[in-house]
Amino acid sequence: MNLTLKIWRQKSAKDKGKIVDYTMSDVSPDMSFLEMLDVLNQELIDKGEEPIAFDHDCREGICGMCSMFVNGQAHGPDRAITVCQLHMRSFKDGDTIYIEPWRAKAFPVIKDLIVDRSSFDRIQHAGGFISVNTSGNTQDANAIPINKHDADAAFDAATCIGCGACVASCKNSSAMLFVSAKVSQFALLPQGQVEATDRVMNMVKQMDAEGFGNCTNTGACEVECPKGISLENIARMNREYLKASFKG
Amino acid sequence: MSGILNSSIGRKFAMALSALFLMVFILQHFAINILSVFSPDTFNEASHFMGTFWAVQFILQPVLIFGVIFHFVMGFVLEIQNNRARQVSYAKSNGAANSSWMSRNMIWSGGFILVFIVIHMIDFWVHEMNVKYVAGDMSGLINPADPTSGFRYYEELVVKFVPIWRVALYCVGFIFLALHLLHGFGSAFQSIGANNKYTKALKGVSNVYSIGIPAGFIFIALYHHFAH
Repeated sequence: MNLTLKIWRQKSAKDKGKIVDYTMSDVSPDMSFLEMLDVLNQELIDKGEEPIAFDHDCREGICGMCSMFVNGQAHGPDRAITVCQLHMRSFKDGDTIYIEPWRAKAFPVIKDLIVDRSSFDRIQHAGGFISVNTSGNTQDANAIPINKHDADAAFDAATCIGCGACVASCKNSSAMLFVSAKVSQFALLPQGQVEATDRVMNMVKQMDAEGFGNCTNTGACEVECPKGISLENIARMNREYLKASFKG
Repeated sequence: MSGILNSSIGRKFAMALSALFLMVFILQHFAINILSVFSPDTFNEASHFMGTFWAVQFILQPVLIFGVIFHFVMGFVLEIQNNRARQVSYAKSNGAANSSWMSRNMIWSGGFILVFIVIHMIDFWVHEMNVKYVAGDMSGLINPADPTSGFRYYEELVVKFVPIWRVALYCVGFIFLALHLLHGFGSAFQSIGANNKYTKALKGVSNVYSIGIPAGFIFIALYHHFAH
């Protein structure tokens, strides 16, 4: 395949950045999207140019590191995958492909396609945990009866890999889907009840402080999420937040 | 509960509550308006009651005005905040791949509805306030000096829908209302945390309401234009 790539290049956080055109020939349809970029980078290095900086780690869709807005969609055109699971067979010979970083005030660009997602970490630190005594006398998990439906829903919420595709896809750059997944995975389980009030209040407070937008329920996040995190989690977080607000 | 409007979820909750309140009002407004097609006398009675009953005039009307103003002011505030949350736009963005046009353009449909509301208020409400509270005529009669002249409301409605430009304007206004409701109805329930086993059924109710009510209003405008 022959392709034209329009890639966002930005030297540093302070640099203005711009779209730069690259042409690639003989791209194998069996390559993953990141392998294609590896080949392009090798070509750039051979020419003595600066390779394109992009985030990646596991390359099997579980780490949440890779983050590219490909042809106007987070992680590209396919559903329930990350960029590392996107293959060149999803494109046609002669295609023009736009590759951009996540765009959000709360995700400032570090370099090229790499953004700073530490705002997610700070939201987690604000309340995305439970306090458990792990001094050696931990209770057997099976001793606590948990409704199967709740356990499944909590597990589904816990599959969020914190990649930020929800923020990137949202026209408002809202982080509600991410935060709601992190709230839900504990709100659904008995272990999460102890700190339920503080958790949701603190996480939402931190989310707002980071400069994410407001959710307008467009549902774009759910569609683009590589793990298919459901909007039901946002509704649950709204309930948790209102409950916590009344408790004071 | 203090400071709930300072949080993103609190603001969305308030936005949803005002939306649900306005949807109840629109339903009530439609119920009275449709009477004008079937029974002008009943329409007159209902209009006179709504226009003169103290609880409607001095409790519900101010609450409604506050609800409308709150909804659009909060809508604009949220839109400004949301725009600030993304300072560099995408060179290529394919929103149609993951969300409905209605959901991405609520500010536009809402903005046009606001323009329509202003025109609608000038058309009917300002005149109503002038007659009742400036001129002091609470009789509701075509000729206040003649008790047999009958109520004026139906006549005023018919006269308003004579010019085709106003009928067209109202039709466009209601099309925007339908577009706004097609996303807003379900969105309001999601915002108050109601996403459960009834959500699918609610989608059906949403479609009936969002298309049916504006279509009904359009029918009323067209009916009075062509029937007289």
